[in-house]
Amino acid sequence: MAVCIAVIAKENYPFYIRSTPTENELKFHYMVHTSLDVVDEKISAMAKALVDQRELYQDLLYPTEDCKVYGYLTNSKVKFAMVVDSSNTALRDNEIRSMFRKLHNSYTDVSRAFDNMVTSIMIQVC
Amino acid sequence: MSPTQWDLPVELCCRPMAFVTLTGLDVVYNAVHRAVWDAFCANRRADRVPISFKVLPGDHEYPKCRPKRTSYEWYIPKGILKTGWMNKHLNLVPALVVVFYELDWDEPQWKEKQSECATRVEIVRQSLQGRNTKVAVVLIQKKTPLPPGEDVIASERAAALCNACELSGKSLFVLPHTDHLVGYIIRLENAFYEHAQTYYYTEIRRVKSHKEFLNKTTHQLLFVRHQFKIAFFSELKQDTQNALKNYRTAYNLVHELRAHETNILEIKTMAGFINYKICRLCFQHNTPLDAIAQFRKHIDLCKKKIGSAELSFEHAAWMSKQFQAFGDLFDEAIKLGLTAIQTQNPGFYYQQAAYYAQERKQLAKSLCNHEASVMYPNPDPLETQTGVLDFYGQRSWRQGILSFDLSDPEKEKVGVLAIQLKERNVAHSEIIITLLSNAVAQFKKYKCPRMKSHLMVQMGEEYYYAKDYTKALKLLDYVMCDYRSEGWWTLLTSILTTALKCSYLMAQLKDYITYSLELLGRASTLKDDQKSRIEKNLINVLMNESPDPEPDCDIFAGKTAQKLWADRISLAGSNIFTIGVQDFVPFVQCKAKFHAPSFHVDVPVEFDIYLKADCPHPIRFSKLCVSFNNQEYNQFCVIEEASKANEVLENPTQGKMCLVPGKTRKLLFKFVAKTEDVGKKIEITSVDLALGNETGRCVVLNWQGGGGDAASSQEALQAARSFKRRPKLPDNEVHWDSIIIQASTMIISRVPNISVHLQHEPPALTNEMYCLVVTVQSHEKTQIRDVKLTAGLKPGQDANLTQKTHVTLHGTELCDESYPALLTDIPVGDLHPGEQLEKMLYVRCGTVGSRMFLVYVSYLINTTAEEKEIVCKCHKDETVTIETVFPFDVAVKFVSTKFEHLERVYADIPFLLMTDLLSASPWALTVVSSELQLAPSMTTVDQLESQVDNVVLQTGESASECFCLRCPSLGNVEGGVATGHYIISWKRTSAMENIPVIRTVITLPHVIVENIPLHVNADLPSFGRVRESLPVKYHLQNKTDFVQDVEISVEPSDAFMFSGLKQIRLRILPGTEQEMLYNFYPLMAGYQQLPSLNINLLRFPNFTNQLLRRFIPTSIFVKPQGRLMDDTSIAAA
Repeated sequence: MAVCIAVIAKENYPFYIRSTPTENELKFHYMVHTSLDVVDEKISAMAKALVDQRELYQDLLYPTEDCKVYGYLTNSKVKFAMVVDSSNTALRDNEIRSMFRKLHNSYTDVSRAFDNMVTSIMIQVC
Repeated sequence: MSPTQWDLPVELCCRPMAFVTLTGLDVVYNAVHRAVWDAFCANRRADRVPISFKVLPGDHEYPKCRPKRTSYEWYIPKGILKTGWMNKHLNLVPALVVVFYELDWDEPQWKEKQSECATRVEIVRQSLQGRNTKVAVVLIQKKTPLPPGEDVIASERAAALCNACELSGKSLFVLPHTDHLVGYIIRLENAFYEHAQTYYYTEIRRVKSHKEFLNKTTHQLLFVRHQFKIAFFSELKQDTQNALKNYRTAYNLVHELRAHETNILEIKTMAGFINYKICRLCFQHNTPLDAIAQFRKHIDLCKKKIGSAELSFEHAAWMSKQFQAFGDLFDEAIKLGLTAIQTQNPGFYYQQAAYYAQERKQLAKSLCNHEASVMYPNPDPLETQTGVLDFYGQRSWRQGILSFDLSDPEKEKVGVLAIQLKERNVAHSEIIITLLSNAVAQFKKYKCPRMKSHLMVQMGEEYYYAKDYTKALKLLDYVMCDYRSEGWWTLLTSILTTALKCSYLMAQLKDYITYSLELLGRASTLKDDQKSRIEKNLINVLMNESPDPEPDCDIFAGKTAQKLWADRISLAGSNIFTIGVQDFVPFVQCKAKFHAPSFHVDVPVEFDIYLKADCPHPIRFSKLCVSFNNQEYNQFCVIEEASKANEVLENPTQGKMCLVPGKTRKLLFKFVAKTEDVGKKIEITSVDLALGNETGRCVVLNWQGGGGDAASSQEALQAARSFKRRPKLPDNEVHWDSIIIQASTMIISRVPNISVHLQHEPPALTNEMYCLVVTVQSHEKTQIRDVKLTAGLKPGQDANLTQKTHVTLHGTELCDESYPALLTDIPVGDLHPGEQLEKMLYVRCGTVGSRMFLVYVSYLINTTAEEKEIVCKCHKDETVTIETVFPFDVAVKFVSTKFEHLERVYADIPFLLMTDLLSASPWALTVVSSELQLAPSMTTVDQLESQVDNVVLQTGESASECFCLRCPSLGNVEGGVATGHYIISWKRTSAMENIPVIRTVITLPHVIVENIPLHVNADLPSFGRVRESLPVKYHLQNKTDFVQDVEISVEPSDAFMFSGLKQIRLRILPGTEQEMLYNFYPLMAGYQQLPSLNINLLRFPNFTNQLLRRFIPTSIFVKPQGRLMDDTSIAAA
């Protein structure tokens, strides 16, 4: 399982970050923060190539001795990062993908819930 | 740094090259030999064969070869690889020994020399007893040799010499000492290289041949050793492909060895060596991915082989070295042209090496914490007889012992103790910092700014552990802003905590205060108890007391720090610290907000300073001052409370100088703006908040502009995105986020209390003196002074308008070009309350179109603001857009006396000029008079009197005049003849008497004048009557200087009978006139066609009847017979 999950704003400040072994929180914060280097570089490469960004999954960002950091980039440049224990070799690429997709869905659900709320308020006001 | 136990041996890291020794060369005293040696050594570029040469004396003793083993049955190896083996084959045992000997083919004492040479060869052979080392002889000759086969003596003697020395012909060389030395040397060394390769080939074969004698149970170590040797010899042979293959096999064999705590170090050491060789060769073969894969495999296999727990730091040290060595190899390959990428570069390996070095430090710290009384064992168990180990990776106190049981546990204990005590002296931090800085350099190169920052934080922390606080602070301070700007508060807090410790330990006041301020602030993720502690310390420092020590500090350093703080109490030096907050996130937030974006000068300027403290306990500040761009206002915006130093914490919740955590404090400031500042911007340039006081220490927080710090912009962004509903607060409180900084305001003039009224009759007519009546009425309560009027064309319009618009106050005279377009500051005196004044303004617009006119009234009034007497200048302006139009249109046409339109006039023949003046003005116009000024070429036929004097024209009405003119013959004038000017004098009917009349001059069009040979005009009554005689007289004038023959005929008409000459031919003299008289007798009533007169000029065929018709009437109205007249007419008949 993932040991740390983070949601990072377009401007690269953390929206949300949580790690399971809380005593080593700082390490995961640093790990997620440093992995932004790779995401930034990918974003700028995408901007240069002027390609339409279809693939949201950003693959393995940083392999370290004990952990792997995976990234995911939404269309609005909100980033998801997931740190997985390196010893967990059973975890496949497509499983990581599906975890990210679930995260993304629930994230948009939050936004959508808000949108629905706005709509309902507007209907009441009108 | 001197090489440590963990550094890879030099002989492993170098590139193996064939070893060839040169004997018989006296490089010190013999110049020829020296030159030969230099040619071998100098310029060994990549294109020369890889050989390492060494000059040795002819009788050099080479390492003894051990007697060949005939059976391995009873042989038990004591280790994997001897420490001397690689060096032996690189530098001691040659592949080839070359004997240099000076001997020419025509040497007279050939026999003696030959035998001396044979002896020398023999001595070398003796020393190499048992080895396969090749021997070669090079004869240094003075003469250039003849081509092969031509020198019979040479071939004979060469054969003899080979025989005597027991050499094959291939091992005898000749080196003529001539001009082309380098060329000969290169050929020689190529031949040597071939010999060397043969030697290493046989060595490989020899090692391989041992294999069949080995068995898997007792000779496991030998399998590795032999495989390693084969690979190493292959490298010496420059066969890197086979070398790699054999190293790979050797690597697999190493991991097949039975590992135990006693030999794990030896296995890891050898695995590390072989791995290094494999990676190195992979990079060399340009297959970096293979290198990386091998390294990963190596790490995965060895990671868990920790060995003895008491010496686990050794494993960490070894791991660290593995990563570092790979990083070095990777980096070297990049320098030779390999491209690395962001996610795969040497930096990662250095970083990992640093992690293991940190782990080593941690382990060493816990395992080597022996008390000071523990002495280093004597005799030193780490000492060996030779000073070096026999085999790589073995323990010095039990070399060559293969048993897994510890035969002597006591000896083992002492050995472990010795290693632990030695580890204690290792400068771990230095190692870690070096590795981290290597990694930083790499990550900088591969665009990983955050990784770089992270490593710099670690470097800073390592410097902190190494007690180099200055360097630690420098690094931490450098990276702090990166984390701050991206809003990673957890990380920032962690860095700040370390930085605070550093500044505490060095008793750096300003840094200590700055870091404390930020750690208390909202960017800090510290728990409240920590914040309380820091706040307390901060207050202590401000009261000139020592702060409590930071937790987890080194005890010794902490004591030093306490002394330093005690020294600071003397308050030497400056004790006021001004700290700019724009670069960090302090625990007090500040926002300044003017109540309005602009203030009238007669009302006080008001603004609020909002302050909010984020620290856990209430805090009292001593002074707040606001600075403006106009510093004169600064004095009005200061709050200061005389409080003693110890009151900072007392009565905390009272007074407006006290900030309660989480509560927004609003401070209102008021001042009256200076009248000079009307129209200017007042800006808050800074807000200074002082904590502490001058008697102790004082910290001044300085906000640039209207507040905000390093985190503000990001917070604003977050707040804008946030959908969180703010809880309702009591009326007198505000949400901090909802306060928007407004750091500047405009001072605008007092609202005028007068009315300005404009009265006029638009549109204006071109060139008229257009009258604008300006009425100013004061509604002020007191007298207004110095009323001034500025009126005219509003500036900033088309420049041409300025040229064509003139303004004056005097309507009685026409203004000309010299009058301005705008009259400024016309003094009109003072006005009492309610009084009104009227001013006439005349505008003359020379062109049509719309113009904006400005009427600006300014005045002075005395008033009070905040019980302060001020003189205000007020003004009011009115703008009006006025359209200018032409007053009338004038149409001019030329007609014949028959009122027929004329395209051209005929010389000397009268014609009519008709003018038509159509009023376009919406207002009635009075045409005072008109005048026709004729050009000299025109003459008038009758009087030129104006026919439209004092005519009043309403809109759309027109006034016409008609003048009969004649143009004397002028000859042919190109473009026509000027007619003259038509001048109309006019004014508005409504205009006052004294308003001058405007003369509008209209230039009449030119007319084309044509000469005519014959002019005909007819005298006839205006009408005829049926059956009454109608006399018609035609005058024919010859206008030429010639006698003209004229044919005249009159065509009969149904409506008339006539008498007179029906057809005649006559002559008319120049300038004379002929009259023709006819009597027409109308037969029918109505508009009747006259009998037409046809004239034919023989000289001028162009003179047609059509032209003639212009001058003479063609028809006439015939009235019917009157009744009364009946009788008479009958009678006449």
